Amino acid sequence: MAEKKYTRSVISILVENHYGVLARIASMFNRRSFNIDSIAASETIDPGITRITITVHADQNTLKQMLLQTERLEEVKKVFLLDTNSLQRELLLIKVKSDPQTLPAIRDIAGVYNAKIIDLSPESLVMELTGKPEKIDGFLKMFDNYNVLEMCRTGITALNRE
Amino acid sequence: MKLTGSQIFVEVLLEQGVDTLFGYPGGAVLNLYDELYRNQDRINHYMTAHEQGACHAADGYARATGKTGVVLATSGPGATNLVTGIATAYMDSVPLVAFTGNVGTAGLGKDSFQEAYIEGITMPITKHNYTVRHVEDLADIMRDAFRIAQSGRKGPVLVDIPKDITAASCEFTPAEPVKPEVKKDFDEEALKEAAELLNNAKRPVIYFGGGIILSGAADEMRQVMAKADIPATWTLMAKGTLEDDDPLNLGMIGMHGCFASNKAVDNADVLLAVGTRFSDRVALNPSKFAKSAKIIQFDIDASEMDKNVQVSLSVIGDAAVLLDKLNDLLNENSHEAWREAIEEWKRADYRPTDSDTVLKPHRILQTVAKMAGDDSIYVTDVGQHQMWAAQYLTHVKPRHFLTSGGLGTMGYGYGAAIGAQIAKGREQRVVHLTGDGSFHMNLNEAVTAVSYNLPVITVIFNNAVLGMVRQWQTLLYGKRYSSTDPQRKTNYVKVAEGFGAKGWHCETPAEFEAAFAEALKNDGPSWIECVIEKDEKVLPMIPAGATIADIIMADGKEAE
Repeated sequence: MAEKKYTRSVISILVENHYGVLARIASMFNRRSFNIDSIAASETIDPGITRITITVHADQNTLKQMLLQTERLEEVKKVFLLDTNSLQRELLLIKVKSDPQTLPAIRDIAGVYNAKIIDLSPESLVMELTGKPEKIDGFLKMFDNYNVLEMCRTGITALNRE
Repeated sequence: MKLTGSQIFVEVLLEQGVDTLFGYPGGAVLNLYDELYRNQDRINHYMTAHEQGACHAADGYARATGKTGVVLATSGPGATNLVTGIATAYMDSVPLVAFTGNVGTAGLGKDSFQEAYIEGITMPITKHNYTVRHVEDLADIMRDAFRIAQSGRKGPVLVDIPKDITAASCEFTPAEPVKPEVKKDFDEEALKEAAELLNNAKRPVIYFGGGIILSGAADEMRQVMAKADIPATWTLMAKGTLEDDDPLNLGMIGMHGCFASNKAVDNADVLLAVGTRFSDRVALNPSKFAKSAKIIQFDIDASEMDKNVQVSLSVIGDAAVLLDKLNDLLNENSHEAWREAIEEWKRADYRPTDSDTVLKPHRILQTVAKMAGDDSIYVTDVGQHQMWAAQYLTHVKPRHFLTSGGLGTMGYGYGAAIGAQIAKGREQRVVHLTGDGSFHMNLNEAVTAVSYNLPVITVIFNNAVLGMVRQWQTLLYGKRYSSTDPQRKTNYVKVAEGFGAKGWHCETPAEFEAAFAEALKNDGPSWIECVIEKDEKVLPMIPAGATIADIIMADGKEAE
């Protein structure tokens, strides 16, 4: 993974739960050349409101524009940057090729990271890991020398502590 | 009471104070048009030659009056033909509500005949848009559309109505017209700081844009300038705000602005920007724009802060509200030395050369301004003639200079002129200034001007080439005139007559004066073709990305 020039920021957007609201936000980001690292959307406790969590790498000016331009959209109720100490979690699913020689080492790594093995076949296994994005990155790095068959991350979902 | 969607459509338009709309019928809007037919005594519908013309007409209507323009088109191609008009309105913050028909809800997403996903297509060029999925939602969606179009930074909203919604019925409850939300609050501390900076400035300049027109803040602007003795320069979108002979009027800024105004901004120690967005046609090189100045920005739209140029201080609010309050906080002041320096630059500014034998663009415009009368509305197309109009027309009032500034839409003019003429009535003089390139794009709207017998005078600056693009080719592309010399053979007088309008062909100042005098007496639409030299340039010119140091003041012909 290439080193990023800017630090990661997580933007939380509360929007009206309407048709096409995700498309509006994605379209605006695309039009203004704002790059999205990950995006996650789900209903909140109020079924009329959806929370969209966007992760970006951007300089301060671009970040400010991202917030202001998002705020301008009619269906956006609230948009804010999450604190650096906010609770950020991501879910990873990873399928790794395995055989009797490599399996014990893979199990060891999974054990250290508290990853769950959720499927096991003679030639591969699938693990599930939840955690901070850094933890997921660190876990993935451990598999640089293994044959990773498939991998999927949900993108960050996050809440402020208070 | 129980009404159909079509009845609700008309009732809500009337409730919102709409008595005029522009449009073009089609299959998906048959029910709506049937209802308009039944309500002809209450609401006027104007049919154009093409939906684009209808959209520009609604835009011209809105710009000339300050009211919200309304346009109606059918599904599919009818809707997509609105796109350029909606984008034009969006870029210039014009309040507009566009209604489109669509196939019935059961047919949506099935690639039905004349189906287009216009909600998706117009998402990035509207403030907001809607597809009405239940007839019960129609009235409130329409009310929301009018509220959004007129509130804050104004702009277009689109409402897409599937055909079955126009036939279905539901309970309808009348409501009051929506009131645009005017932002009255602002950061008082920041405004005090702005006043302090201006009070202590030695070389202050105000730079303002279309926000002054949209907010109706011309009087407030003049008061601030006079009280604190601050010279001001304006963008294309704000032409008409200041008196021509006001010594504090620096003229237009930017790529084709005056030498003096660009020089003043470059040398200012404090620059107050109001209702303007530091576009690339003004802040040609954003990192060097007003490089010696502390920049203060007033704007209604928070997202404009620091977007193109980094500013020292920003205040979010309505221009008229902010300027009125600023005026209280400003000291009476005088900046004699600064004014003298500016006078020096004004004396050094570009002056076009006159001729009594051939038609010169500036002379055409001076004649138009003199003969048309001080209350005239001018509508331009896009290109060289547009810049000449901005530079040389005099006696222009706010909302009397309508032009596509942001999108730069060639073909905007005729539709917008028709909309302005309809808005203001036959007694209002509307002059449509165009070039042969722009005019060929949408001259079909002559049929609309003829159908409604509108006395719009069209002045065609005919240099037989795409002058603005050609000017860049001359100056920057080694005179390789790629596709700018189309060798058209249009006989404008005959085409005008063919459409049922009147036409004149002029090659000298005397011929033009005579033709314009005739056109002023004509009851219906007039076209006056003015043959001008194809090497006429818009000067001065600061090339894209450059600074005042690179300004081109003399026509290259002498330098060769």
